[in-house]
Amino acid sequence: MWSIIKRFWHVMRTPSVHYSLGFLTAGGFIAGIIFWGGFNTAMEVANTETFCISCHEMRDNVFAELKSTIHYTNRSGVRATCPDCHVPHEWTNKVARKMAASKEVFGMLVGSINTREKFLEKRLVLAQHEWARFKANDSLECRNCHSEESMDFTRQSKRAAEAHERFLVPGEKTCIDCHKGIAHELPDMKAVAAAQQ
Amino acid sequence: MKYLSISIVAIALLAGTAFAEDKIATLRDAAITETLSPPAMAPAVNTHLKQVRNYPEQPPLIPHKIDGYQVDLNANKCLTCHSRAAVGESQAPMISITHFMDREGQFLASVSPRRFFCNQCHVTQAEARPLIENTFVDIDTLLKQ
Ligand code: HEC
Ligand code: HEC
Ligand code: HEC
Repeated sequence: MWSIIKRFWHVMRTPSVHYSLGFLTAGGFIAGIIFWGGFNTAMEVANTETFCISCHEMRDNVFAELKSTIHYTNRSGVRATCPDCHVPHEWTNKVARKMAASKEVFGMLVGSINTREKFLEKRLVLAQHEWARFKANDSLECRNCHSEESMDFTRQSKRAAEAHERFLVPGEKTCIDCHKGIAHELPDMKAVAAAQQ
Repeated sequence: MKYLSISIVAIALLAGTAFAEDKIATLRDAAITETLSPPAMAPAVNTHLKQVRNYPEQPPLIPHKIDGYQVDLNANKCLTCHSRAAVGESQAPMISITHFMDREGQFLASVSPRRFFCNQCHVTQAEARPLIENTFVDIDTLLKQ
């Protein structure tokens, strides 16, 4: 093992005999672009709703439930797709979320939620991960579409305006504190403290 | 036999005219192969203003919309605002003390299972033309009559 490393090091240190430095630099540069682009393209493909619901675990459970909510159909025809709510926009966060998602894909391969029953059993844990994420990033994904600054409270229903004025504006609470279950059915909430529902 | 068939025809005719006059279908009044388009749903009244009860025992009406509110074995969206613990934050009216009573009149720690499904008694209202005229008057009006 050690000898292999030493030989590799030796090759890397010796100047190239056949190719010019310019060629090597440009070549490395181009290869970099290709890999980088390929990586990001692969991420973009995995970042579509079509990809999310290509497995039946998502299609038959969370997607089916999303369909009857305001984020799937509404009067204005603007809708939220899975990645809008579940994948951060910023690159480092995105990669971090993707790495976590690889674990979920692995879960799918070994069938950890491949029936409705198994899914419902795991649902509370899955939901709690999402709540914790929204709580930690101050519901960033919601705010990508719903800006607090652009909310005209006078046009909101009285209940909404009061809740938002009292708790959202002072930053005491964030969207997910009050809007759990906005896109899917809720898991068994008995375990979740009443004040946090 | 003759009388019988005549009366059957008469009944059928009567029933037919009754159907034609009365626009409200208690049963599906179209062929089974036909797809009926239901009338448009009126939006729920969303004023947040308490409405007068028609009689003291009437379950209060819901003065806001409740679209998509989940009330099932797992969760009860109504109680996230109307439960005893939640009203401090929500400033919504608390569910009445009767809702903690089981059928023996014993008070439970939280809402009794028989009161869990709010929409069995509490409903939203819509700004819609009544399908049937209603002659109900409340007790005050009745006493004056
Ligand atoms: C892709 C953009 C997008 C994202 C992300 C998004 N929403 Fe929405 N949201 C919408 C649209 C569009 C509507 C419907 C507007 C309309 O037509 O009234 C809506 C409506 C709503 C409503 C109104 C429900 C009603 O019945 O009137 C709530 C509450 C809401 N969103 C909360 C959230 C929360 C909480 C999140 C984060 C978990 C979120 N939204 C993420 C676009 C988005
Ligand atoms: C303190 C709790 C609370 C917080 C925090 C909160 N909301 Fe709300 N929101 C409500 C209530 C209560 C309503 C009205 C009832 C309902 O729609 O279920 C409401 C209604 C809405 C509506 C519909 C407006 C209307 O006129 O009915 C939208 C859109 C919405 N919220 C988005 C958000 C977004 C986005 C955030 C985070 C930036 C957020 N809310 C944070 C409690 C909250
Ligand atoms: C409007 C934002 C929004 C959209 C769109 C959305 N989700 Fe969610 N999702 C949430 C929230 C918020 C939770 C946390 C649990 C809850 O409150 O219901 C969640 C939870 C989940 C969970 C954990 C299990 C559960 O139900 O709690 C899965 C899996 C999931 N979403 C998948 C999807 C998929 C797949 C799509 C696209 C078909 C999607 N989501 C679209 C907001 C969204």
